[in-house]
Amino acid sequence: MQIKNTAKEYDVIIVGSGAGGGMATKILSEAGLSVAVVEAGPYYDPANPEQMTQLKPAYHSPRRGAGTTRFFGDYDQAYGGWDIDGEPYSQSGDTDFRWFRSRMLGGRTNHWGRISLRFGPDDFKKKSIDGLGEDWPISYNDIKPYYDKVDKLIGVFGTKENIYNEPDGFFLPPPKPRLHELFYVNAARKSNVKVMPSRLSVLTKRLNNERGVCFYCNGCARSCNVYADFSSGSCLIFPAQKSGGQIDLYVNSMVRTVTTNNEGKASGVSFIDKDENKEYKLKGKVVVLAASACSSARILLNSKSKQHPNGLGNSSDLVGRYLHDSTGGDMMAFIPQLINRKTYNEDGVGGMHVYSPWWLDNKNLDFARGYHIEVWGGLGAPSYGTGFNVNSFNKFFGINKAGGYGKSLRDDMKKYYGSTIGLSGRGESIAQKSNYCEIDPNKVDKYGVPVLRFNYNWTDNEIKQAKHMQDTFEEIIHNMGAIPLWGKPGKDANYGLTKPGQIIHEVGTTRMGSNPKNSVVNEYERLHDVSNVYVVDAGPFVSQADKNPTWTILALAMRSSEKIVEEFKKQNF
Amino acid sequence: MNRRDSIKTLTFASIGAGLLLEGCYGISREKIKRSLTRYEYGRTPEEKLYDDKLFAQKFFSNDELFTFDKLCNIILPPNEFGSIRDAEVVQLIEFMAKDIPSYQDPLREGLVWIDSESKKRFDNLFVDCKVSQQKEILDEIAYYDPNKSIDDYPKPVQWFNLVRNLTMTGYFTSEVGIKELGYKGNFPNVWDGVPQDVLDQYGLEYDKDWIDKFIDQSKRNITAEWDNDGNLIT
Repeated sequence: MQIKNTAKEYDVIIVGSGAGGGMATKILSEAGLSVAVVEAGPYYDPANPEQMTQLKPAYHSPRRGAGTTRFFGDYDQAYGGWDIDGEPYSQSGDTDFRWFRSRMLGGRTNHWGRISLRFGPDDFKKKSIDGLGEDWPISYNDIKPYYDKVDKLIGVFGTKENIYNEPDGFFLPPPKPRLHELFYVNAARKSNVKVMPSRLSVLTKRLNNERGVCFYCNGCARSCNVYADFSSGSCLIFPAQKSGGQIDLYVNSMVRTVTTNNEGKASGVSFIDKDENKEYKLKGKVVVLAASACSSARILLNSKSKQHPNGLGNSSDLVGRYLHDSTGGDMMAFIPQLINRKTYNEDGVGGMHVYSPWWLDNKNLDFARGYHIEVWGGLGAPSYGTGFNVNSFNKFFGINKAGGYGKSLRDDMKKYYGSTIGLSGRGESIAQKSNYCEIDPNKVDKYGVPVLRFNYNWTDNEIKQAKHMQDTFEEIIHNMGAIPLWGKPGKDANYGLTKPGQIIHEVGTTRMGSNPKNSVVNEYERLHDVSNVYVVDAGPFVSQADKNPTWTILALAMRSSEKIVEEFKKQNF
Repeated sequence: MNRRDSIKTLTFASIGAGLLLEGCYGISREKIKRSLTRYEYGRTPEEKLYDDKLFAQKFFSNDELFTFDKLCNIILPPNEFGSIRDAEVVQLIEFMAKDIPSYQDPLREGLVWIDSESKKRFDNLFVDCKVSQQKEILDEIAYYDPNKSIDDYPKPVQWFNLVRNLTMTGYFTSEVGIKELGYKGNFPNVWDGVPQDVLDQYGLEYDKDWIDKFIDQSKRNITAEWDNDGNLIT
């Protein structure tokens, strides 16, 4: 299965195996095309006991799950993180961009939050609404049939709500809210903040016989061994292999460039076999990049040739530009009513059971674009850090003494367990030409490949939006009789706005458009400059929406892959 | 248990003492390895190498580990659920000192401080002081005002806070501690909402407009089918 070198010419070479690459693999292989999937990380199957972390208690780790080797803790299923040994990236000026990479089959789909929101009709036409950024060249109606197919293929729970910009789909029924979520529902409604059941790609009900049904262990970030949550490997690539697709997986194989022929068309890819530290070439009629927005931009920019002196697909000079991440802001609070609460199994699915979609009209606000609110808290699994500063909440009862030793610590531990709630805003930023990644001319990674350098600054819109998040959270927390755990971040701290990249929704580096002068790919995610190279990760996103990118990556990748099949049928490659 | 036995118990159970075991007790490398690999938790080959490296190192001396054992037992004396030894708290402290090296100096300096304080006051090492004497020293460093930053307190207060934190987290992430805390998850089950008595306790109920929308858990294994408008029909 893991072939090192071959003279074979594939129909399609797919670079990366996350959401976009997985979808392309499924659609293209099931159409009978021969496919090479080139993944920078190792083979990974959530059902492999050697790799599995699901259902492990904290004490199965010698560090009790601490985040020393994996940022989100020992059991998080992302191999990589913000910093990878020997694979640096650099920053220009005061830029502080964070780039999270997961190197494994399935990529970041193995650990993501499974929040699966369709973009709404307005989300494709934001420039027409507020004059900022750019409209997509496609509309909701173009992509709706693909969202429908993704819902049925992969599964997502939710409820029909008939909200114009939060389109309904084919939903599985959602789970009931947890206790702290009911506190949130009542408190948010007092402030006229809409609350509705979450939309997560977790199988609360049987979808097919290939995948199991959720057994509520809260472990979606650990990737599900019965495939009850969406991961690209378990839901797209493995089924495609099972149905007899001609798929060769190249793992631990990091693509360096897209190779081109004398006419400037793509002829394949060159990649580094990380085990042997050697470079190999693969031949393909079509190359589909799905390495993640920034990695795909890096590959294109590094693919310089006589015909493409500025990098592949970069005649517009826009590859890497319009990079944008979601905004983020958080507040955590103590709910005095929940001290000494009765304990029971409150795990539920690996994410919140209710959330708030954007509920306001920006016409009445001093910033553009909205955010949704996520909720967290409850009787969570103990792991490293549980019990730190066990009785510091004493201060909320006017007791200015904490610490101590002896039996009382056990009582304090139980008293405060499960008494906190957290709110997180995840919002839309506006794509800026001046926010971009480029090749650092002075730095290469350990394989000798030039690395990315980031240039990124938030604008007033994002900062004001972050302030609005904090004000809203404070009000909701007050409504529920809770007390924020820390002071509200002020102007000097951008009102708690996260660093760009930190929300791990980076998109926009190979922007879609109908005009080759101001965009990189066309509406089928094909490079304007090269007729046989596609980009099916979040690079083509024109704007981010106040949603998560994954469901739209999947729908677009499906649409583009069907287009590739059509072009093959017309013998256009 | 006398001090010598305690050290033996500690080091035998210790995850940080592979080399020591081999050197001092003549236990074969193979046996040590088997005792270490009980930590099977989905590591990549690189992560395994890193863990093995830490397991093969020993940071604290046996005397230091013995002092931690005393301290942790004062912080959380055993009860009917378990003890800090059942929870392998001292082993966790040894491991974390290697895993997070910034813990090393503060943890060790605190041990030096408490022994010098014990000698000064009672002419004994901390572990050899009477319980009342030990508590007399701890009472002066065990408390802080939660409205203030712990970093503004003298080093011994900061140190004891760190030891207390590691003790608490070590105990309450262990098998016995999780049971005592009452965490009941991480186990295949079917979530069907907050128990009624808990809802009643807080005067809450599930919204009548919502209740029909939630999953009917008796139908969870029936394959989903929809009509053309996206209404679930199974």
